[in-house]
Amino acid sequence: MAENPLPAHPRRKRNSWLELRGEIPPSLYFAAGGSLIAFVFLLWWVVTSLELVSPIFLPSPEAVWKELVLQIREGILWQDLSTSVYRITVGWIISTLFAVPIGILMGNFRFFEGLLEPFIDLIRYMPAVAFVPLTILWAGVGDTQKFIILFIGTFFQEVLMIMDNVKTVPREMIQVSYTFGLTKWETLRKVILPAAMPGIWDTFRITLGWAWTYLVVAELVAANVGLGYRIMRAQRFLQTESIILGILVIGLLGLLTDYAFKWSYRRMFYWVEQK
Amino acid sequence: MSLLRARAVWKIYAAQRGTEVIALRDLNLHVEENEFVSLIGPSGCGKSTFLHLVAGLDEITQGELWFDGRPVEGPGADRGMVFQSYTLYPWLTVRENIRFALQKSGLPRADQERRVEEALALVGLHEFGHAHPYQLSGGMRQRVAIARALVYRPRLLLMDEPFGALDAQTRRLMQELLLSIWESHRTTVLFVTHDVEEALLLSDRIYVMTARPGTLKAELSVPFPRPRRPELETTPEFLELRQQLLEWIRGEVRW
Repeated sequence: MAENPLPAHPRRKRNSWLELRGEIPPSLYFAAGGSLIAFVFLLWWVVTSLELVSPIFLPSPEAVWKELVLQIREGILWQDLSTSVYRITVGWIISTLFAVPIGILMGNFRFFEGLLEPFIDLIRYMPAVAFVPLTILWAGVGDTQKFIILFIGTFFQEVLMIMDNVKTVPREMIQVSYTFGLTKWETLRKVILPAAMPGIWDTFRITLGWAWTYLVVAELVAANVGLGYRIMRAQRFLQTESIILGILVIGLLGLLTDYAFKWSYRRMFYWVEQK
Repeated sequence: MSLLRARAVWKIYAAQRGTEVIALRDLNLHVEENEFVSLIGPSGCGKSTFLHLVAGLDEITQGELWFDGRPVEGPGADRGMVFQSYTLYPWLTVRENIRFALQKSGLPRADQERRVEEALALVGLHEFGHAHPYQLSGGMRQRVAIARALVYRPRLLLMDEPFGALDAQTRRLMQELLLSIWESHRTTVLFVTHDVEEALLLSDRIYVMTARPGTLKAELSVPFPRPRRPELETTPEFLELRQQLLEWIRGEVRW
């Protein structure tokens, strides 16, 4: 009997980019993200150039650009930027210097967890912003007060996150180290720390992002210099373009540090298994 | 004198709301030097718990546990352990992982290197010495874990369902590999599994445990001569013993 040839197999191309959890080409992924930003920017430009909104409420991109050039020329931007970056760096490092060892202790020893967690939880739920008036009373309006606010806002979250990072190290990894004859301190140093490091690095990235919020709030309330102070002053004189510029600069700085942490994470922790 | 002897060992855990869980009840067993002994039983019968006690990773509640003429008091490099879950250190290469186990050996660096290479060759992973665990399959990882546990030459090797997470084919190959390694080295092994064929193929003796609270139900000497080949599993004698073991265990499984 003559064999019936099979009909051509239909090749229906599935629209995988709207499948649940479907993969999409990286080019589409990045193009989509870039387009949205470009679209918002364009919208901003159209709305202001058609003068649909008063420049007092929303200045044009050109006005913000001019403000940027002006602030660079007068050295204001550099002064604000360096002051704010200095404050956030010192404040965050102080907080981290405490959070890392204490978090490691809490993650490894139930005693320290029991001792410290209720206290930390208590303070954690007090809004850091509400400490601003108190800290001004204690430390004035200089850098020290900013460090204190950054510490209050960052440390109490960071320490609990580091505790959790330490706790995710599988118990068997610790046990197998004991069977090689390592002591508990050697195990802590050679097994638990390197195993927890990727998680801790991610905690650094996240807490540094939060630190920006607390710094700007502190600078908005009381400061003589800094990005937050510039925004506050601009509001008083209705210099909306300066406000927008300040917000954009802070956002960009945050984005840059976030990417720096992500990039260094991939370099240092290439061995981490993707789930 | 037995290398390992458990006399009336009890292990009781404190559970929630003041209740207690009896994991092991009056367990008596012994392991002789150069013997391969398996512990089989239904899930949750306390066989892993017992291995942890021998490794010194947990304390017995009552009874006596003697290793090499001394009571077990904490972990030490005289007892090695291979876990079911992957316990390689992911930030170290395969070579570094194996060498990690030798750091307390006091051996000169050159001797350490030589031992690492021997151990790598033993599990057939020579060309993967520079790989990181994330680049290895599950079977390769467990081979590294075995190499790492053998490299410092513990008196007793404890294996806690080491092939439990592997697929059937890989598992098969791992059993054959372990069989040939063991038959050429004769390290004393205490092996925990719930796979009856695996226990019969590998062991000199098998202890069957009851469901929790775990205690001994039966003991079986495996009569097959060595070296053994996997084809052994199709012989009538093997099938008969397999049937016997399965019946003992079936009586214990709750489902």
